[in-house]
Amino acid sequence: MPSRILLSVATRKGAWLFRTEGARRTWRVDGPHFLGHIISHVVLDPRDRRTLLAAAKTGHLGPTIYRSTDRGRTWKEAARPPAFAKAAAGEPGRAVDHTFWLTPGHASQPGVWFAGTSPQGLFRSEDGGATWESWSRINEDPQYRKWMGTVQDGTPDGPKLHSIIVDPRDPARMLIGMSGGGVHESRDGGRTFAPLIDGLEVVEGFDRADATFHDPHCVRLCPSDPDRLYQQNHCGIYRLDRPASKWVRIGKSMPKRVGDIGFPMVVHPRDARTAWVFPMDGGTVWPRTSPEGKPAVYVTRNGGSTWQRQGAGLPQKHAWWTVKRQAMCADARDPVGLYFGTTSGELWMSGDEGRKWRCLARHLPEIYALEAGELA
Amino acid sequence: MKVLIPSPLQSYTGAARVVAHGATLAALLEDLERRFPGIRFRMVDEQDRIRRHIRVFVGGEQVLELASPLGAGDEVVIVQALSGG
Repeated sequence: MPSRILLSVATRKGAWLFRTEGARRTWRVDGPHFLGHIISHVVLDPRDRRTLLAAAKTGHLGPTIYRSTDRGRTWKEAARPPAFAKAAAGEPGRAVDHTFWLTPGHASQPGVWFAGTSPQGLFRSEDGGATWESWSRINEDPQYRKWMGTVQDGTPDGPKLHSIIVDPRDPARMLIGMSGGGVHESRDGGRTFAPLIDGLEVVEGFDRADATFHDPHCVRLCPSDPDRLYQQNHCGIYRLDRPASKWVRIGKSMPKRVGDIGFPMVVHPRDARTAWVFPMDGGTVWPRTSPEGKPAVYVTRNGGSTWQRQGAGLPQKHAWWTVKRQAMCADARDPVGLYFGTTSGELWMSGDEGRKWRCLARHLPEIYALEAGELA
Repeated sequence: MKVLIPSPLQSYTGAARVVAHGATLAALLEDLERRFPGIRFRMVDEQDRIRRHIRVFVGGEQVLELASPLGAGDEVVIVQALSGG
């Protein structure tokens, strides 16, 4: 078993790196990195376990990607960050506002990374994140552009291409989620995609056959069974077992007073029957707080047939924070360590798969994303 | 010509004041990019639009177009319009 976990914490005001040895009892904090920058995602490359990529922008400067090849000690800016193609004269053209999501490529393709942006686009790097290309055809495809909508649609700070997944068995198979535009699957390594939205509900009054109206919040593939997908959607929690193409709403078995609305989705690294969600209040005007001010994780151990509340150690009331779609993750240890970061800047962990929780840090800026990786 | 660099971009230049050349604002920014790689994209997007929170003043007058001509004796001031919390 590798000896150190790196927990990367991306926030609205910078990034922090937490490291632990062995038993995950004590953590050493390193940061802030990029103080004052809006950091959407920091990801450790599982192929070399020393390279980190960070998606950054500030309130007044354009977006960029920083890269570290020494576990976060030093950083270098990408020579060519993700950017859309220059539009023909007279055409409006799109500009990347921020890179939202970073995914390392397949184990057989060292140096390949994918980036999802807002406005929605999929970009690829072949040199470890130094230069990026508008590589996927969906960025310019008229049908996909229609499904993606405009920057005014949906998500408050712009629709996001997220949940970029590479099948560990086959680099040609990929999945993406678009917060305005649905879930899509590729069989050619991300050049082209096809919608995978059958069975998903949409807001009442809209056409569920039209990908435009679909709002996946977070999609995860089970490493132990890559045909199994879990999804937290704007309209519930779902599971899909490929090659079937119809999502099943497993969130209907959540307690009625809690509901099945939320943002993050986490899967077990070795057991495809186990997954975790963090429900939020999606009623009335969408407060996006924990339901009734009582935050809790919910786990299923049977593929979504039943769910159990996991709130031991968390505030029992008067806690009005919630957890964003990238801000909850698992490590690969046994038992699995779970982590989440809150909109109020608290970092929580469980060393026993959610049974008990403890707070690792308070008073950080609003947490946007967490990733747990094993350092070399 | 003299160019005043705002604090968020001084990580590229290492200084608040630099000397750069160009017959237009576009050429000046290209010159800055050559010497300080990455700086242009933080100010100008891929559609060649000056980003929303960047302002450029030449001789005290705001310049809105990259094609705007510059004179050798002009002083260029790049300003970030801070916003948000």
